[in-house]
Amino acid sequence: MSTTAIPTGTKWWNGGRSPFNASYGKVMMWYFLMSDAFTFGAFLISYGTLRFSENYWVDPNHVFSAFPFAEGMNLPLSFVSLMTFILIFSSVTMVLAVHEGHKMNRKAVEKYIFWTIIGGLAFLSCQAWEWTHLLTHQHEVWINGINGAAGHVELWNTTVSHNPFGPEVTINGHQYATPGPVAFGSYFFEITGFHGFHVFSGVIINLIMYIKTKMGHFDQRGHYEMVEKAGLYWHFVDLVWVFVFLCFYLI
Amino acid sequence: MSSAVSLQQASHTGHDVDHGHEHHQSFISKYIFSQDHKTIAKQFLITGIIWAIIGGLFSVLFRLQLGFPDTTFPFLEDLLGHWAKGGKISPEFYYALVTMHGTILVFFVLTAGLSGTFANFLIPLQIGARDMASPLLNMLSYWFFFLASVIMMSSLFTQTGPASGGWTIYPPLSALGDASMGSKIGMDLWLMAMAMFIISSLLGGLNYITTILNMRTKGMSMTRLPLTIWALFFTAVLGVLSFPVLFSGVILLLFDRHLGTSFFLSDIVVAGKILPNEGGSAILFQHLFWFLGHPEVYIIILPTMGIASEVMSINARKPIFGYMAMVASLFAICILAFLVWAHHMFVTGMNPFVGSVFVLLTLLIAVPSAIKVFNWLTTLWRGNIRFTPGMLFSIGFVSMFISGGLTGIFLGNSALDIHLHDTYFNIAHFHIVMGVAGMFGMFAGIYHWFPKMFGRYLNNTLAYIHFWVTMVGAYFIFWPMYYEGLAGMPRRYYDYANWESFKMFGGLNEFISVVAIIVFATQLLFVVNFFYSIWKGRKVTTLNPWNANTLEWTTPIKPGHGNWVGEIPEVHRWPYDYSKDGQDFIPQDVPVGENETRH
Repeated sequence: MSTTAIPTGTKWWNGGRSPFNASYGKVMMWYFLMSDAFTFGAFLISYGTLRFSENYWVDPNHVFSAFPFAEGMNLPLSFVSLMTFILIFSSVTMVLAVHEGHKMNRKAVEKYIFWTIIGGLAFLSCQAWEWTHLLTHQHEVWINGINGAAGHVELWNTTVSHNPFGPEVTINGHQYATPGPVAFGSYFFEITGFHGFHVFSGVIINLIMYIKTKMGHFDQRGHYEMVEKAGLYWHFVDLVWVFVFLCFYLI
Repeated sequence: MSSAVSLQQASHTGHDVDHGHEHHQSFISKYIFSQDHKTIAKQFLITGIIWAIIGGLFSVLFRLQLGFPDTTFPFLEDLLGHWAKGGKISPEFYYALVTMHGTILVFFVLTAGLSGTFANFLIPLQIGARDMASPLLNMLSYWFFFLASVIMMSSLFTQTGPASGGWTIYPPLSALGDASMGSKIGMDLWLMAMAMFIISSLLGGLNYITTILNMRTKGMSMTRLPLTIWALFFTAVLGVLSFPVLFSGVILLLFDRHLGTSFFLSDIVVAGKILPNEGGSAILFQHLFWFLGHPEVYIIILPTMGIASEVMSINARKPIFGYMAMVASLFAICILAFLVWAHHMFVTGMNPFVGSVFVLLTLLIAVPSAIKVFNWLTTLWRGNIRFTPGMLFSIGFVSMFISGGLTGIFLGNSALDIHLHDTYFNIAHFHIVMGVAGMFGMFAGIYHWFPKMFGRYLNNTLAYIHFWVTMVGAYFIFWPMYYEGLAGMPRRYYDYANWESFKMFGGLNEFISVVAIIVFATQLLFVVNFFYSIWKGRKVTTLNPWNANTLEWTTPIKPGHGNWVGEIPEVHRWPYDYSKDGQDFIPQDVPVGENETRH
């Protein structure tokens, strides 16, 4: 029988130390991420509320079927899959950077943060292309005149206030799209934009980490904890993307 | 075992080396962009007091309209210009006044002014830390609040006036720029100010939480924390988790206002013109707002509960009754606070079944609240009470919390709420339980910790006048409103005298307005006392003027940055060893004696 007596002074919650054996900065980052999760949660739940109050919702396979340099080809969700892959891969390089930081391996930390930054920038560039495509790509839409006026055809792109992805109608043997639910464009640009802003901030933070690593600040300090905190943020932004991806592209 | 993270790993290690000495700091780094938690607390307090004067003055102005709807006051035109043509407040300005009164008092006074002051001041001092975990973020927290204050203040001076759709800013009034005067630039400034405010509250809250968890001195286990710290901890958690939801609502509202989205708008016709907005839901905004809005009332009341517990135990010379029950009930209130928001929306067309769930959860809050009330009363029971101003305000707080809280049980019933919703009954309820009780807790805290803040005492005579006039006045103002509300008198009516059925309340409303003016004048007496005493008050000559147990009284009379000269004291006992083993009080840093009875 082993009875290891623990002196009262070493009890985790008795004061004089962090109960989680974590610095205040890390605890603070965790609470910040919890808070940020509530911000995204509120956005996504609002989105769900409006989406399920509509009779019709857009078909993501139809909306997100374009790919750069592949005009006219129907490739549902392939571009967003690439984006997701890029972002998740940047999480892998971030993990490696944190890991190398624990080993105080400056060169390797530099390398992996660099690739994380590249991943973040690549994701943002993809998002820029996706937004541009939605905003500039026009579709023929059958507009039903108000108060019994005759319908007509207009060319519509996707903005925060309208989109051409409503149910299709057949007029004189010709298939036309109709205006889609307004909430789609609004929430799509608002939520992916807000997430993109988080990625952008993450890239800035990683850039600062890169510079500080290169200047040897963390070696002087004796630990790479700051990289770890930046890593927590970066993984959170990735995790949020998984939910955004699920809500807008998959269901 | 891996090495424990040092307490003093915070970024202010430089200050630890030479604490107790005067730093050669410039005026700007010492008083303006200070990173000392005590200075930041005073900045929050003084900004809060300025806001309270403005917010209180607004209530006096609209009480003039409510109390004397047929009288003109020429001085109002001199003061307000076109907002009060002919000496009568215009309807638009009336709504701006009530909106800003609510916004200012709820957010700028009783959230930032209260938590900002006491969390900053008390947390490091009472847990035994040299400063907050991150003094830099702490400073930024104040300056974001200052920025929010400047933006909110500037909205008062715009051509079309400040926001006027009520402090709850429901769409469509808040979402359509053309809906009313206050829906224009005033509303945008309101939203921007609140965004800054939320950032401030987030930075502050993160700091409070991590400081309490990580920076406690040796021996200060969680069960030895003073109840003020427990209360401030739960308050910070509430703020960190509920304000972001309002932040989301604010962003969506800004989109609706300026980018053509329809999150909260649908099927709206303005002046015969159909607006293009479709598919949105105004009720969605109400959900987002009240998900913050309800925890917000606990963000106000929890710190004052902590302050009242502490002050009452000290001045009754008795241990707080049921310490663990007090902590558990704070925790229960913290959890339930997130689950009851829809009781503000019973009459918005909610599914009655959902309503009944929220009724149940709402009424459950009465349980922890009652536990707290009985514990306060039993703490007073057979105590050796010293009626200091802080103690009086704490007892006043309990009185307000009981009488205002009980009517919450009426309003929490969805069936009764159909009749009482948006009447003066509701006004009376939340003003007594949240407004007056919140202010009383804040006053108790100021009177009690003023000697620690400024090294001087407040004038007692003025304090007693302040207490008795406010105590009696608050009941004279709000108690009659219960009757008006039961009789159906609705809130937010500019001129109730247009309705035959409410004319009978003319005399009563006049009485309320007169008392309101007297009470407001008494608050100015407090402000005079406050600022006079900072420079001219009687000096504190003993380290521990209230004979209290907590650690802040082991610091020098005017502690420098770093709080303790020399080592931070170690803690050996809980903070409520009053009248124990024949001793009047035993401070927390006194080691436990061999033959001492355990509590």
